[in-house]
Amino acid sequence: MSKAAVVSVNSQDAGAELQDVVAGALATARKLGADAAIAKAFRTSGYDVTVRMGDVETIEHINGKGLSVSVYFGKSLGMSSSSDFANQAIDDTVRAACSIARHTSDDPCNGLADPDRLARDFPDLQLCNPWNIDREQAVDFAMQCEDTARGLDTRISNSNGASVSTTLKHSVLGSSDDFMVARKSTGHSIGCSVIAESESGMQSDYWATSARDPADLDNPELVGKMVAERVVRKLNPRRLKSCEVPVLFESRIAGSLLGHFIGAIHGASLYRKASFLLDRVGTKVFSEGIRIHEQPHLKKGASSYSCDNEGVATSPREIVENGILKGYVLDSYSARRLDLETTGNAGGVFNLTIDTGSRNFDEMLKLLHRGVLVTDIMGQGVNIVTGDYSRGISGFWVENGEIQFPVEELTVAGNLQEIYQSIVEVGNDVDWRRRTRTGSILVEKMAIGGE
Amino acid sequence: MKQSLEIAQNLMLDPAEIGQRELERLLGRLVGNRIDYADIFFEYSKNESWRLEDGEIKAGGFSIDQGVGLRAVSGEKTGFAFSDELTFPALAEAAQSARGIAYGSGVSQKSLPHSKVAKVPSMYQSKDPLGSLGESDKIALLQKVDSEARRQDSRVKDVIVELSGEQRIVYVFRNDGHIAADVQPLVRLNVTVIAEENGRREQARSGGGARTTYDFLIDEDRALEFAREAVRQAIVSLNSVETPAGTMVVVLGPGWPGVLLHEAVGHGLEGDFNRKGTSVFSGRVGEQVASELCTIVDDGTIPDRRGSLSVDDEGTQAQRTVLIENGVLKGYMQDITNARLMGHAPTGNGRRESYAHLPMPRMTNTYMLPGDSEHEEIISSVDKGLYASQFSGGQVDITSGKFVFSASEAYMIENGRITKPLKGATLTGMGAEVIGKITMVGNNLELDSGVGVCGKAGQLVPVGVGQPTLRVDGLTVGGEVV
Repeated sequence: MSKAAVVSVNSQDAGAELQDVVAGALATARKLGADAAIAKAFRTSGYDVTVRMGDVETIEHINGKGLSVSVYFGKSLGMSSSSDFANQAIDDTVRAACSIARHTSDDPCNGLADPDRLARDFPDLQLCNPWNIDREQAVDFAMQCEDTARGLDTRISNSNGASVSTTLKHSVLGSSDDFMVARKSTGHSIGCSVIAESESGMQSDYWATSARDPADLDNPELVGKMVAERVVRKLNPRRLKSCEVPVLFESRIAGSLLGHFIGAIHGASLYRKASFLLDRVGTKVFSEGIRIHEQPHLKKGASSYSCDNEGVATSPREIVENGILKGYVLDSYSARRLDLETTGNAGGVFNLTIDTGSRNFDEMLKLLHRGVLVTDIMGQGVNIVTGDYSRGISGFWVENGEIQFPVEELTVAGNLQEIYQSIVEVGNDVDWRRRTRTGSILVEKMAIGGE
Repeated sequence: MKQSLEIAQNLMLDPAEIGQRELERLLGRLVGNRIDYADIFFEYSKNESWRLEDGEIKAGGFSIDQGVGLRAVSGEKTGFAFSDELTFPALAEAAQSARGIAYGSGVSQKSLPHSKVAKVPSMYQSKDPLGSLGESDKIALLQKVDSEARRQDSRVKDVIVELSGEQRIVYVFRNDGHIAADVQPLVRLNVTVIAEENGRREQARSGGGARTTYDFLIDEDRALEFAREAVRQAIVSLNSVETPAGTMVVVLGPGWPGVLLHEAVGHGLEGDFNRKGTSVFSGRVGEQVASELCTIVDDGTIPDRRGSLSVDDEGTQAQRTVLIENGVLKGYMQDITNARLMGHAPTGNGRRESYAHLPMPRMTNTYMLPGDSEHEEIISSVDKGLYASQFSGGQVDITSGKFVFSASEAYMIENGRITKPLKGATLTGMGAEVIGKITMVGNNLELDSGVGVCGKAGQLVPVGVGQPTLRVDGLTVGGEVV
């Protein structure tokens, strides 16, 4: 088998090609009379191999690209995108955006970012660290991972497979304010999902490691060992009577609680007055001692960026300090709607981090003492307008700080305003390679729905 | 089909100078000696979207995506590559990558069977929805919906109206010589309303669509009805109270609450999970898995429906598949690969989000056939329970069978009467148990309004759901402990 090329286009060539595409789109926009324009182009390549039950299942080659353009005529906005980089196609794409802008309304808040806020420094964030393995090696890693998991316990009877993937992405962002930035990054992962079985039925679980640098990945055997341990302990689950008890959200899923918080302080939720955290800057929204901040410039960070999607420079900043809300998550448009300044968050938050206490996971269980450890959350029951929270969960019943038995077919409900105010402690069991950096989160009391 | 074929060839194959000879050469590269199945999938999709907010057209977007997916299958192994360059050299390179799976050498010596074009009736017209209405008429429609919502009730504070249209053209060329093409239209309109009273704000959404032109939204004032429905739900929410937690009798309204069947039953009956033995329904064909009142079908052949297809993404004609009949499990939904490996026939459920994704068994329109009970009779049979009429979505764990779905509109039932509205609540249960606890089935089958999006392994496809009113004797409800 021939060596698979992770990079199908030479790095230099891809960067230069994308700059040409973006420059071409911006020039066309100007020619068609647009007052301002911003364009983004990307190329991704790589592959994804999956093995299942000891044999290769799929080998997928990834090789995609795209261009997106926003044009402004006065304060009217039009947008378009295409996967075709042919000159005629770029021309058609920009024309489509211009034609749309003729039909949209003037909105004084529209427009490019303030030029003074554009990023000028682009330090090397070490985001591009290719993984030089061929497909056969990738298959071997996936095999090792799945074999380890399946070999650890006789109750592991089936598998959804193990996967290894590696991708390289080039992107270029440019605007009619003579702004242009190129970026390249890599992402690699090893993941595995297996099934354990007992008289009472089957359970599955999943575990994965992902990183920008292959050197930071856990080894395949460790991933296999993690998933095996997790799936076996889920066997023979019980139900609980409805109750109100302390709840510990495992670190793997605790980030979702912070995700809802970011949704509520997002510019679009605020100017629509569709948030339970309206006008709350300067007030206490989390329990005392909680600090939540962004760290956009971390080396090899899963969500590290020198600038946001509008080119605005990112910088480390406090969002919650000692429980008090310090700021929102805004892009230029939502900032203008709210009569505020952009926070450099077009496209999202960057390496969102909640500071942890000194307890590891076992110590967090001790602190929970008697209650529910949540390991899986299901469903959509989160209302950002009101903060009402109601979700399906499974996990473990804990007494005297020790796991007693698995539980499932339960719900957990509350209001996010109260949940945030009753966070007792954040564990130091953080996977620093994730986009949201959090340990397990202990909430003082929540309503569990059961029998 | 002939018309679809011409449209697909003119748009994708002719400009790239790819004809029968080139397709056969590509397949030759894809097919090694140990390949059981191979296909080349061409796709072109264009999409537009318009958003009205604060009474103004705030945004509009247009996108075009086209490419080719090439797949080689040997036993349970699949090699896959795609290209968004529609040129012979780019596709030849992708074919080479995809066949790596076969570990074989050389080009297949077997000559390809004679190609034949599938003769399949189209489930929808091939007219381009994007061009079916002028730009200014699209905007006028959005504005009309906005003012209809606002004039319903002075408590309406904000209205967001979103309109989108899509045309997807697919062309499949298989190593058994089978050729199929399809031109799939899809339109959709969504209304989001925020209402406020005494400082309390609530949001609600409604909408609908179909595989046809924008006329669908204008005909019978459907778009205006979506506006009125969104307002109605938002106003109801303003007076909603805490939901009690616990396990109780739940009555599900007709139509969109069919999300229950999609999650609790549908996914678990997809062929891939059952071939691998990872579904709670694996190996149970012929067994009584649901109450005798339940007959559940997946039907891709309802004209113009959001989940309908003339052919699936492997060129198999869509069909009506009985999944459960009078409570007995009858069969699974299959794509070509899983059908072959299980010794079953494909059921026209091989779907993919795009050329850049691999096909797998997916639902089309999944619904339960009507029973005998009157809607009112079902409600009045419940002493204390919950009536849920709208949902924001659901999720299922295939292997254990547990599922959740989130009610966005629900009421208490007390002494056989619907009483106070409840805050959104999550309902959870075990799929295989819950369908055994269906004790009453209404005579009022409704399909949803055309808004379903189903996600599986990261791939999104449009689907439909439906059901008559159902009484389920025991679902766990999330809420306040009382």
